[in-house]
Amino acid sequence: MVYLTRSEHFNAAHRLFNPGWSYEKNEEVFGKCANENWHGHNYELLVTVKGNPDPDTGFLFDVKKLSLIIRQHIIERMDHHNLNLDVDFMKDKMCSTENLAMGIWEQLAPHLPAGVQLHCVKLYETPRIYVEYFGR
Amino acid sequence: MAKQVSVFRREHFNAAHRLFNPEWDESTNEKVFGKCALPNYHGHNYELEVKVTGKPDKKTGYVMDLKELSDLIKREVHTRFDHKNLNLDTEEFKNLNPTAENIAIVIYKLLRPHIDKKMDFQIRLFETPRNFVEYPAG
Repeated sequence: MVYLTRSEHFNAAHRLFNPGWSYEKNEEVFGKCANENWHGHNYELLVTVKGNPDPDTGFLFDVKKLSLIIRQHIIERMDHHNLNLDVDFMKDKMCSTENLAMGIWEQLAPHLPAGVQLHCVKLYETPRIYVEYFGR
Repeated sequence: MAKQVSVFRREHFNAAHRLFNPEWDESTNEKVFGKCALPNYHGHNYELEVKVTGKPDKKTGYVMDLKELSDLIKREVHTRFDHKNLNLDTEEFKNLNPTAENIAIVIYKLLRPHIDKKMDFQIRLFETPRNFVEYPAG
């Protein structure tokens, strides 16, 4: 079993805001992240797949194809967008890094071929804050 | 004669913005600024490097106390821009396109009056790990 990781990045706006709570409660829990006019990040996304290398190519998966899948299903929908307003799979969800990583997993998993398993979605919100999701 | 030394302080802030010239129509803005002009904003982790150059003070050995520089950046830059929408929430960019170039110039103007005139002063602003600007140039 080998693990293969591709790194991509996107820049986006978001806010943390629970519509079921009052303005004051949101401020209390999310602080300046709740700013009604949004703020933003340079997100770094690391997608790790696992499997056995093909004996003919030596590849677990053509990393160019992995890059294209991530770009088509994630980057094009998120880059330079507002994650709360523009991204359909985040509708009605809190736009935390945790939920983004889980949402990204759900978008990517169906597009990987047989024999290539998604292992980890690692998402950096800032250089010092990141989450990992292993699909369970 | 003491030699000149440059000292640096690095800080960061996260903000939303869009690039948009209100005198142009939507299609010209899109043509010039591409996805940076999208109406719902996007955002960045801005990394700010501030450089002060001069002769170390004889008594302290400091060009500038970096704690003071840090406090100054937090007071003048952070409180204005961190977790803000640069287009909507700031006086500075109400009528100024918030490109990395313009943000660097604005930050320079905010900080310069508080830095000893004898010292040289320069801003480096990273919009992404690969896009950055310097002001003044050179």
